[in-house]
Amino acid sequence: MSIAIDDVSRQREWGPLRQLLRSQPFWVTVALGLMCLVMAHVSNVFFTDDNFFNVTRNFAFIGIIALGMTAVIITGGIDLSVGSVVGISGIATGMVLNAGYHWWLGILAGILTALACGLVNGLLIAYLKLSSFIVTLGMFGIARSLAQVLSQNHMIYQLGPDEKIFNDVGGGVLFGVAHTFIVLLVLMFVLIIAFRYTTWGRWVYAIGGNEQAARLTGVPVNRIKVSVYVLSGLMSGISAVMLVGWQGAAINAMGTGYELRAIASSVIGGADLMGGAGGAYGAFIGAALIEVIRNSLLLAGVDANWEGTFIGLFIVFAVLLSKFRGMRSG
Amino acid sequence: MRLFELQGISKNFGAIQALNGVNLKIDSGEVLGLMGDNGAGKSTMIKIMAGNFPPSSGEIWLKGEKVAFQNPLDARKKGIEVVYQDLALCDNLTAAENVFLGREAKIKFGPFKFIHYAAMFREAARHFAELKSETRPRDLVKQMSGGQRQAVAIARTRLSKPDIVLMDEPTAAISVRQVAEVLDLIRRLRDRGVAVILISHRMPDVFAVCDHVSVMRRGKVVADKPIGTTSPEEVTGLITGAIEKA
Repeated sequence: MSIAIDDVSRQREWGPLRQLLRSQPFWVTVALGLMCLVMAHVSNVFFTDDNFFNVTRNFAFIGIIALGMTAVIITGGIDLSVGSVVGISGIATGMVLNAGYHWWLGILAGILTALACGLVNGLLIAYLKLSSFIVTLGMFGIARSLAQVLSQNHMIYQLGPDEKIFNDVGGGVLFGVAHTFIVLLVLMFVLIIAFRYTTWGRWVYAIGGNEQAARLTGVPVNRIKVSVYVLSGLMSGISAVMLVGWQGAAINAMGTGYELRAIASSVIGGADLMGGAGGAYGAFIGAALIEVIRNSLLLAGVDANWEGTFIGLFIVFAVLLSKFRGMRSG
Repeated sequence: MRLFELQGISKNFGAIQALNGVNLKIDSGEVLGLMGDNGAGKSTMIKIMAGNFPPSSGEIWLKGEKVAFQNPLDARKKGIEVVYQDLALCDNLTAAENVFLGREAKIKFGPFKFIHYAAMFREAARHFAELKSETRPRDLVKQMSGGQRQAVAIARTRLSKPDIVLMDEPTAAISVRQVAEVLDLIRRLRDRGVAVILISHRMPDVFAVCDHVSVMRRGKVVADKPIGTTSPEEVTGLITGAIEKA
């Protein structure tokens, strides 16, 4: 009898292959591969180094933010403030550089500003039990407005004595890809490990799965909740600093609309807005897919106004896909 | 020495007297059935035993010592585990992850600590084997039957090696076959010397596994009998009030 149970306990309901076939990021990767194959025939520009460089750089800014967004979404929350946080964080960086300080102080200013925004979001949501939608909607308005106030609605394009170094941080190239893309890859790997192999990561999933159960078993639910909003802020800050460096200027409209693109990336990559599901690779591949759709339409000579339609269809399709997966397992 | 005893426990919420001088006792390796209609005071009893709130008056004795629980974590430290009615499981995690939730096994890697999945799978498998449950540690809880989910919730209580396990309506919402599975799990706990307090509405389940039955009505214990000296009919009468006291 006990031998039989030992045999059973080593098995699992779904083998590795079946798990792969049921994972949304896998199918998004397949879709992305197919799209690239089609584009290889449609356009002779698609598979050039230049285009690869542009595409990877373009989606890296959103991809970094989507990583933080995914952590928030897994806990069952949402962060609508990321675009505005990019705005105020970029302005903070720009102002510090413009005042003639070191390049790393500029970076620090941007990151700290973003962390502060994330911390405020997190504290209000975790300890005052306010809805994440409302709190981050508030921060969405506040951060953008403060960015406009601080910059007095001017563009900051003189980035002080360290301008060259700073522009190289954000706009530089390494191994044929933009620095930002390398940052995205590194952060993605760190988060893949963190989600799977640290208690922090498991607790993030546990809170999304059953917050009450997590509390009863002694998971520090409030602290973990604060941490995901701080992480989301941090990612927005990193993205903002890289953006300012790449563009060589800070404007207060920077990051407008990024929240929706980041949410779309997470959701296409398998994140469930009800919480409990999602992943770092999913956020990466979701962001990549959106950019490749955009790029493909452009190269195929389709009117740019169609972009929203195609991306919108993909989002709805992704949610449908996860719904069907949910139905079969339920 | 008695393992666990409640003496003259009363609890009032404002003007409402939820419990009125309740006595209850249980020893190691015993299964006590706690029965009563809705509003009889069963939930208040569990919450006092689990440390959710203190009694208004009365004493709690644990292993010959008078105790007062500050909160559920305190009660757990002193050896009382609760299996909640909704089981408090995360559907999106594996059985092993649920068993170890909040108490994950970790392995050091330089300055970092990572989750030690191999140890968790191995330990969880051992607990399931002890419970003789065909539950697979690597499966997600959302794929599991009601009986397997109970096994996960019960295996979780085994981590702290408790003296007493409180089970709140474990057989309320599952199929007949799974009920048999859960009753077997309760017997395994009993065989390992654990005192189980089973709160249940289901007469057949109580008569199948319990050594004693306590019946509550309107905040009082109206009967406390060895299972062999009573019958479902008598217990029903006690629950409804048709029989005043036994």
